[in-house]
Amino acid sequence: MINRSFSRREFVRLFTGGTAAVLISFNTACKNKISQWRYLNEGEIGLLDAIVEQIIPTDDFPGGKWANVSNFIDKQLNSYYRKHQMAYRDGLAAFEKTVIQLRGKKFEELTFNDQTAILEKMEAGEFSGDYWKDHSSAGFFDMVRQHSLQGFYGSPAHGGNREYISYRMLGLDYPNVIGQNRYNDLSWRKYNPKSFENGK
Amino acid sequence: MANKHVNAVVIGAGAGGGVVAKELATGGLTVVLFERGRWHTFDEHGDDELTSQRTFPLKCGYGPDSERNWRMAPDGKNGWTKVFPNEWSYGNNAACVGSGTVSYGAMAWRYQPEDFHLKTKYGAVPGSTLEDWPLSYDELESYYEKAEYELGVAGDPTNDPYIPPRKNPYPMPAFSFNREGIILEKAAKRLGLHPFPIPMLRNSVPYNGRAACIRMRTCVGFACPVGAKAGTQNTVIPVALKTGNCELRINCMVSEIIVDEKGKAKGVKYYDSNNKLQEQTSDLVVVSASASETARLLLNSKSKLFPKGAGNNNGWVGRNIQDHAYTGAHGLFENEVFDDVGPGACIAINDFNHRSPDIIGGGVLCNEFIRMPYQFTSVRPQGSRMWGKDHKDFQKKNFKRHIVIMGPVQEMPVFEKMVEVDPVVKDFWGIPVARISGFRHDNDIKVAHFLADKAEAWLKEAGAIRTWQAVPGKQSTPSQHQSGTCRMGNDPKTSITNKYGQLHEIDNIFIADGSLHVNNGGYNPALTILTLGYWVGGHIIEKWKGTKMR
Repeated sequence: MINRSFSRREFVRLFTGGTAAVLISFNTACKNKISQWRYLNEGEIGLLDAIVEQIIPTDDFPGGKWANVSNFIDKQLNSYYRKHQMAYRDGLAAFEKTVIQLRGKKFEELTFNDQTAILEKMEAGEFSGDYWKDHSSAGFFDMVRQHSLQGFYGSPAHGGNREYISYRMLGLDYPNVIGQNRYNDLSWRKYNPKSFENGK
Repeated sequence: MANKHVNAVVIGAGAGGGVVAKELATGGLTVVLFERGRWHTFDEHGDDELTSQRTFPLKCGYGPDSERNWRMAPDGKNGWTKVFPNEWSYGNNAACVGSGTVSYGAMAWRYQPEDFHLKTKYGAVPGSTLEDWPLSYDELESYYEKAEYELGVAGDPTNDPYIPPRKNPYPMPAFSFNREGIILEKAAKRLGLHPFPIPMLRNSVPYNGRAACIRMRTCVGFACPVGAKAGTQNTVIPVALKTGNCELRINCMVSEIIVDEKGKAKGVKYYDSNNKLQEQTSDLVVVSASASETARLLLNSKSKLFPKGAGNNNGWVGRNIQDHAYTGAHGLFENEVFDDVGPGACIAINDFNHRSPDIIGGGVLCNEFIRMPYQFTSVRPQGSRMWGKDHKDFQKKNFKRHIVIMGPVQEMPVFEKMVEVDPVVKDFWGIPVARISGFRHDNDIKVAHFLADKAEAWLKEAGAIRTWQAVPGKQSTPSQHQSGTCRMGNDPKTSITNKYGQLHEIDNIFIADGSLHVNNGGYNPALTILTLGYWVGGHIIEKWKGTKMR
């Protein structure tokens, strides 16, 4: 097995590198007034980053924000998840408004634990206000939750799971080399040697 | 220019249709094999979990596509809602050359002899249309063997005292157990059970010009990169094409079987790969489009003599749709039990299939296929928070310390569980779409609890430090194991075809897929569908010799 653990130093290196990359593109986007995002805008991405970081928080491994989960969601909103575009646009706006009503500031400005408390309320369907009369806050939360987990644990090909971070975290070889990724572990051959001899 | 008349049209290049096309083409009939999907390869899909056929939040990699295919499903408020193939309430089966046999887990089960006469064995079940099959296991035995040898099955029944009787051994030796299998085998023996390796439509040794399995993590839900997994697309369909008698028409959607004034099928109407409506005439028609789409096609084929759809004057087409009520238990272990030796599922017991007092039916119990990372995000004990630190910790700690044992509970056929055609909504081509509704029989839930108890006890004996059960409810949409919508039977009042898959009412239309199943066995159905392909195909050839179906 290779690379079972992800050292803190490596994480810090990747983390800082990643932030720099995002900052550079952010600056470019501001100067040229061209967003690097496909559907969502900068403000929505900022809010979404804070939410996905709650769904998959940073610990000894990076969390949802570093893994580009918001990028995954933005990318899907322009392809497979087009049908969810309005749910995100209106849902995020209503969410922001609700948080300001409840706390007097933006979600991103709250402490981590307070953010968690807000999301717990939302998950329980306890948001009130005009938008949430017709749209269940529990439903919106669950959609974002599922999309976040897809972005973090699915293939990097779709824009999330940066550098196969979740696979490294789980100790899974990546990419899945076709054939044998287990040269050092032949224990599986021990059972029923007869079948193995016939087999190979 | 009109298409050239052929002897047979086969609709659907999956398990049943692939085999029938090969049987007819090698028997000398000219065949057009229609497939609404196309060819797929591993290279095209890779190991992308989010577009696999197992977990498919983005799309079903192996079809059907969401741009042209949709259905209606109950919205829970006495109405209907539009659903797409990558939503569970659609009830998807694959749509490509080989269909489900490209991306399945490839378990190769023969049904038990009892499965063919459940009503005789257990008596009538109130609330169910349960009936005996019009054919017996003994009649099918040599056809099961033909399927096992032509496609290739690896297995070893030595340690299974309940193996359905077989004249010859499997063509290939069994697969070895992975670490889960080794742990579970010892535990099962301590419990007095009879564990054995799952027979697989997958090469344990090179077979029929295809390579041996390389034990991939991404097996179920994915195509095989080396062709070790046997599907109709890499076995019988190439044989059919090689005869020169069979033309495979991909990206073609059949919309209607043409039935004339005398009540004979004359061929089919279909939308070609450019979405242009065409006709293909034939002497006979074989429908093998899966239990939901076969029923949909018959219901959409209305004619003067059959105003409710082809062969549907008794109103039973689309009724009794079944799947399996998957049940079982999860276990967490102190040490790592994951060794990344795919496909994962390897060990089974037949002890609770037809051998338990007070239980009607039952099912096999097996360890599960490898859970991919996103799939594992939904594996939590009831009541767990599904996000945040705890969720991530669980993922990290238990991904490699988790074993699942699951079993397919044989569902009791229920008349009100059915496929209909929606009166209003049409698909991309303008063909009325299917809608599936109804609930499972109470017996399925009872058996599910029974089997889940057994699975949990097995995990505990194996050393699981925490276990929980996963028992299904009455709500379900039959998907990859769908069956029963055009069942065979001796009584034309309560069945659609005779024992050879031939419509009671239209003698040149045949069915060859899971639709024929009277009940669905306590097993994955693929081998039985393949076997019925040989059974129906063989019968057509025999009948053809005398009459040419005219």
